[in-house]
Amino acid sequence: MIEIKNLHATIEGKEILKGLSLNVKAGEIHAIMGPNGAGKSTLASILAGREEYEITNGEVSFDGNDLLEMSTEERARAGLFLAFQYPVEIPGVSNVNFLRTAINEIRDAKGEKPISAKEFMALVREKSKIVELDSSLASRSVNEGFSGGEKKRNEIFQMAMLNPKLAVLDETDSGLDIDALRIVAKGVNSLKSPENASIVITHYQRLLDYIVPDYVHVLYDGRIVKTGDKNLALELEEKGYDWIKAETQVG
Amino acid sequence: MAQYTENELAKDLDNQDYKFGFVTDVETEKVPQGLNEDIIRLISAKKNEPQWLLDYRLKSFAIWQKMTEPDWAHVKYKKPDFQNITYYAAPKQTKKYESWDDVDPEMKETMSKLGISLEEQKRLTGVAVDFVMDSVSVATSFKSKLKELGIIFCSFSDAVQEYPELIREHMGTVVPNTDNFYAALNAAVFTDGSFCYIPKGVRCPMELSTYFRINAGGTGQFERTLVVADEGSYVSYLEGCTAPQRDENQLHAAVVELKAMNDAEIKYSTVQNWYPGDENGVGGVFNFVTKRGVCETNAKISWTQVETGSAVTWKYPSCILKGDGSVGEFYSVAVTNNYQQADTGTKMIHLGKRTKSTIISKGISAGNSENSYRGLVQIQKNAHGARNFSQCDSLLMTDHCGAHTFPYIECKNPSAQIEHEATTSKIGEDQLFYCMQRGISEEKAISLIVNGYCKEVLNQLPMEFAVEAQKLLAISLEGSVG
Ligand SMILES: Nc1ncnc2c1ncn2[C@@H]1O[C@H](COP(=O)(O)OP(=O)(O)OP(=O)(O)O)[C@@H](O)[C@H]1O
Ligand SMILES: [Mg+2]
Repeated sequence: MIEIKNLHATIEGKEILKGLSLNVKAGEIHAIMGPNGAGKSTLASILAGREEYEITNGEVSFDGNDLLEMSTEERARAGLFLAFQYPVEIPGVSNVNFLRTAINEIRDAKGEKPISAKEFMALVREKSKIVELDSSLASRSVNEGFSGGEKKRNEIFQMAMLNPKLAVLDETDSGLDIDALRIVAKGVNSLKSPENASIVITHYQRLLDYIVPDYVHVLYDGRIVKTGDKNLALELEEKGYDWIKAETQVG
Repeated sequence: MAQYTENELAKDLDNQDYKFGFVTDVETEKVPQGLNEDIIRLISAKKNEPQWLLDYRLKSFAIWQKMTEPDWAHVKYKKPDFQNITYYAAPKQTKKYESWDDVDPEMKETMSKLGISLEEQKRLTGVAVDFVMDSVSVATSFKSKLKELGIIFCSFSDAVQEYPELIREHMGTVVPNTDNFYAALNAAVFTDGSFCYIPKGVRCPMELSTYFRINAGGTGQFERTLVVADEGSYVSYLEGCTAPQRDENQLHAAVVELKAMNDAEIKYSTVQNWYPGDENGVGGVFNFVTKRGVCETNAKISWTQVETGSAVTWKYPSCILKGDGSVGEFYSVAVTNNYQQADTGTKMIHLGKRTKSTIISKGISAGNSENSYRGLVQIQKNAHGARNFSQCDSLLMTDHCGAHTFPYIECKNPSAQIEHEATTSKIGEDQLFYCMQRGISEEKAISLIVNGYCKEVLNQLPMEFAVEAQKLLAISLEGSVG
């Protein structure tokens, strides 16, 4: 699905990613953990195509295509979705209008006809049920005046509506209460299929009780320094990152 | 706002250029260039006007000659040479059209290029259209239906012939010929425009609409609109403007007068899309317009404008809240791109008790343009319990454009409540990125964000106009983020 090889990236002359490699296959869920400032959001932003970062080395292939050559919207249309750590407010633009525009742009790029109003509303009903999104939120302006938790839930709603091939979730669990956590997990699990994959960035093991990852990676100082299964998350929860840092320095 | 918008926009997004920049090949009859008493006499004679109107024109001309062009607005331009303008140009075939079939096919094509196929509009929307090309009103539809209700809706020239007493009674009572330089000029040389009268207690069942277009080269357009809504009546009036692409600056100096009698309501919407000049600031229309309305007791006037065109705009649709309990509203979106300059806003003059006004202004500046809001809220001594709310927002698309706000408040009654809010923001990289991450192209993202930003104003427009306005916003802002 996505293959990241030896990725180096800098911002304002400062190197953030320092040779990161990661390989995610269809049908898999990968969790990425790591201390603050390690470069997790940077990775997510670069995958989504944010232009502030300079890629100094490495390559990324997405479904066999050179991801780094594609524009942000091309990546999205090819099925890459980013659930933002800090979702943006767009005053005056209703959630449904926003999503309908997105869906039609994606369809248009594939040479498909725009979605009919009826089909669209049916989709909204179906998907908002999965994430238990209050129907009034669907017609309100995108994220405007949403609580922190509502914003995160709205990201998952959008993900469910767009049905991406690869979803990258950047700390979608932080700031959520237990119920919301379960709902977000339900959204991610409902997307799970042999054709799709997810990269879940998180600080907390408890999310992984609901979303069971195939792999857990530790991102530290711009690299993946350790990879394991679900148990690695438990170990990190218990022991923190110091031992990883120590191990990395020794190695 | 419904969801038709973005879809509609998509189709038009390919078209980057000024959509209405074509010249119609209708033979025009012009009076010689220049301005003097003889020219004014000639215009008046051509229109077969009564003596009092000629006298009014000549008096206005004398007043204008003593005035100087105002320069307090935040705009810079080369002052027009008033002797270098043709003050009257009319499609040659001046006979009146009995039916729609009689209208010159060339003219019909112009209208369909404008996207306002009358046939279509007649059938689908029930909009009655008065079409003013250059200086002469070309076709008025739906007249008979309106006539049944006693509604008069016709060209200004026709009104002068058919309802001289109404014109004489009201013309110049809201915007006198002494008001300002351009209003005086208009009063001297105006060639046509629209007139509308709604009788007591009648609710006009359809939107009345006028399209203005400057066609002939070297001509100025000086139209006058007069709308009188008698007691307890209601009318919604639409005005659209286009002009072909030309290298020279064309002058448009219009006057609009509204009179809302006791308990009457007038909704006046404008989509102004005069040619803005090219990307280097060459050519474009100078749009110097005086619009004002008077509200009697419990009357209401709402101005809604979407201004995307013109090289220079100088325009302040205003309300004189004369009667107790009267209401004035001003909703405005002004977009400037490239080297366009706009100085626009409103005046709300509170004279009566418990008068209320609302001002919502959204300025959007792109390219190297300059966009100013200029507004006056004046509360007179007797306006007990008057209230005003103003909100002036500016959105910047680039770092080299300008946004300015000049709000003036004069309050002579301590019981008045005045609220003013203002914001300036730059279009958010984060917002654009967020949209694009969902698969939306940058152009579409801009129009989505901008339309969201203007929503409060666009919501005031009648449906068909709102769609057109949204398309215009998208077209005028193409490729504008930087
Ligand atoms: N625009 C920027 N300019 C300078 N430094 C930046 C910029 N953006 C990010 N950085 C730096 O890059 C590093 C990695 O940041 P990033 O947001 O990727 O961390 P993270 O792993 O997501 O952390 P957290 O767990 O706190 O979300 C940090 O040191 C941060 O300060
Ligand atoms: Mg982060």
